[in-house]
Amino acid sequence: MRLVILDNYDLASEWAAKYICNRIIQFKPGQNRYFTLGLPTGSTPLGCYRKLIEYHKSGDLSFKYVKTFNMDEYVGLPRNHPESYHSYMWNNFFKHIDIDPNNAHILDGNAADLQAECDAFERKIEEAGGIDLFVGGIGPDGHIAFNEPGSSLVSRTRLKTLAMDTILANAKYFDGDLSKVPTMALTVGVGTVMDAREVMILITGAHKAFALYKAIEEGVNHMWTVSAFQQHPRTIFVCDEDATLELRVKTVKYFKGLMHVHNKLVDPLYSMKEGN
Amino acid sequence: MRGGQGAERAPVLQFTNCRILRGGMLLREDLWVRGGRVLDPEKLFFEERRVADEQRDCGGCILAPGFIDVQMNGGFGVDFSRATEDVGSGVALVAQRILSHGVTSFCPTLVTSPPEVYHKVLPQIPVKSGGPHGAGVLGVHLEGPFISPEKRGAHPEAHIRSFEVNAFHDLLATYGSLDNVRIVTLAPELGRSHEVIQALTAQDICVSLGHSVAHLQAAEEAVQSGATFITHLFNAMLPFHHRDPGIVGLLTSDRLPPGQCIFYGMIADGIHTNPAALRIAHRAHPQGLVLITDAVPALGLGNGRHTLGQMEVEVDGLMACIAGTKTLCGSIAPMDVCVRHFLQATGCSVEAALEAASLHPAQLLGLEKRKGTLDFGADADFVVLDDSLHVQATYISGELVWQAEEARP
Repeated sequence: MRLVILDNYDLASEWAAKYICNRIIQFKPGQNRYFTLGLPTGSTPLGCYRKLIEYHKSGDLSFKYVKTFNMDEYVGLPRNHPESYHSYMWNNFFKHIDIDPNNAHILDGNAADLQAECDAFERKIEEAGGIDLFVGGIGPDGHIAFNEPGSSLVSRTRLKTLAMDTILANAKYFDGDLSKVPTMALTVGVGTVMDAREVMILITGAHKAFALYKAIEEGVNHMWTVSAFQQHPRTIFVCDEDATLELRVKTVKYFKGLMHVHNKLVDPLYSMKEGN
Repeated sequence: MRGGQGAERAPVLQFTNCRILRGGMLLREDLWVRGGRVLDPEKLFFEERRVADEQRDCGGCILAPGFIDVQMNGGFGVDFSRATEDVGSGVALVAQRILSHGVTSFCPTLVTSPPEVYHKVLPQIPVKSGGPHGAGVLGVHLEGPFISPEKRGAHPEAHIRSFEVNAFHDLLATYGSLDNVRIVTLAPELGRSHEVIQALTAQDICVSLGHSVAHLQAAEEAVQSGATFITHLFNAMLPFHHRDPGIVGLLTSDRLPPGQCIFYGMIADGIHTNPAALRIAHRAHPQGLVLITDAVPALGLGNGRHTLGQMEVEVDGLMACIAGTKTLCGSIAPMDVCVRHFLQATGCSVEAALEAASLHPAQLLGLEKRKGTLDFGADADFVVLDDSLHVQATYISGELVWQAEEARP
């Protein structure tokens, strides 16, 4: 894995955004060659989305030939509910960029047949040629997407009941009222994300530090599902200092020492403008 | 034609680089319009999987719901109370000229007149949608003749009437027809007013209290019978008294039907109401304040002397006086001037000032789902304003109907 450590949240968000930007541009997307991106929700990626929007607004990055697949969506929440992941993606990303609405895929938590919806999502990913870069986050309980502790590490897109840890973490988005938080969600599986050609996990904040430690310094374990990515050929963990608080000094020093190598991935920052 | 099944094929317009007034706040959001109505872009994206067909950059301006003027007696030399063969042309002229003031809907107002005038004029002022031709006509405001002779103001005493003999029948006989009528101003102390108020309210006509010497109790009873508006607060009514607040006391009355908001018109031209009085009313009951122009035919004629009907009028800035005297003869401040003056005099928020000229009159008339707001599904009648609230452009049904000189290409 690459463990990229930046001083603070803003710098981590920027590094991640630059990386995504460069990957899209270097791929040279076009009419019959779409870049497929897996996307997360939550508070962690907000800074990254803001930077990506900035690059778009300055004309350096277009999403015209990008297809996106979100990781998850609540079950039973109306699509236009302010806390649905559809609303999140519209307000925090899609409405600011030039993506074709037909290419923005999010699971429908109100589908009549939820498993069929999940199977269809897997098929759409396959038809799109698989995911080039799956961006994700980590829960305080070490989950990726809604693959709660105990999820199979080879799982596919399916319906999951949320763990209490997750419900508690999400309560802040529902006026602190636990009874208002959805208890079920549709989510890509660990296996689904493992199939991506490249995976980038964003982890910021001290409250995620223990989960990061379990995910990369301990063994592969279905109780900390992000640990599965130890067996993925191309995974990058992008963190801020606070997220590394539970790691061994040795681990942190080693990867910080590699920052000059890591930074070559984002510098120079490419642009889609003419002449660049 | 707005809405309907053909609307989905209509082009989608996206107004960008603007702040829109929505939910009482100025939000940094784009305004999406289709088929003459405000569109939900999130729904468009996820359900129809469409993007905008055209984008228009608003240069960082404020987009507010179009202003609604529920009391206008005329303007630009036109007098709505004058019975001619072609009242329609006069209304159309005013409707077109007020677009530059940011007004997208209005209620032509008739002052106390003899029955012949109502019978001749009312059928010639139908309810009409706005467009490039001018602001929409929401219905006529009949200010009188069932008012108090003592508080008639400039209304002709000879034509003041009562309905104590046959109540609603008297009223109907006087007006001829209520087809095009939206608001009726009357004095609640007149005998049998309760029956009349109830009958008018049952026909969805807004009853307003004004030109009256009613005490607070009579006014409260009128509201309980269905009255929802006060015509130009402070003017033509008993002054506020601490032991009998009169009609003014309705603003803080605890005897109104539960959940009902009493609305009140205010002329905020800096002349007809002392700014301190404006502030007292605003602070007592901000949600009910409705900005009106109460404009007279001298509106928009420019400085100098003008002949209007039998009167010689001298216009100087925002003041219109009977020629050779200092007697005020009506308001001539355009609506956008009233909005700016209201903002400055009360120190209220920009959002509150804009709502007083749009949302509140729409709520008064029960139109707040379609007018006076930029919520999804509302008619796309809006005004583009710079930060000092000067009108840069006016849109009706998503179509540009007026643009300031500097803004024109």
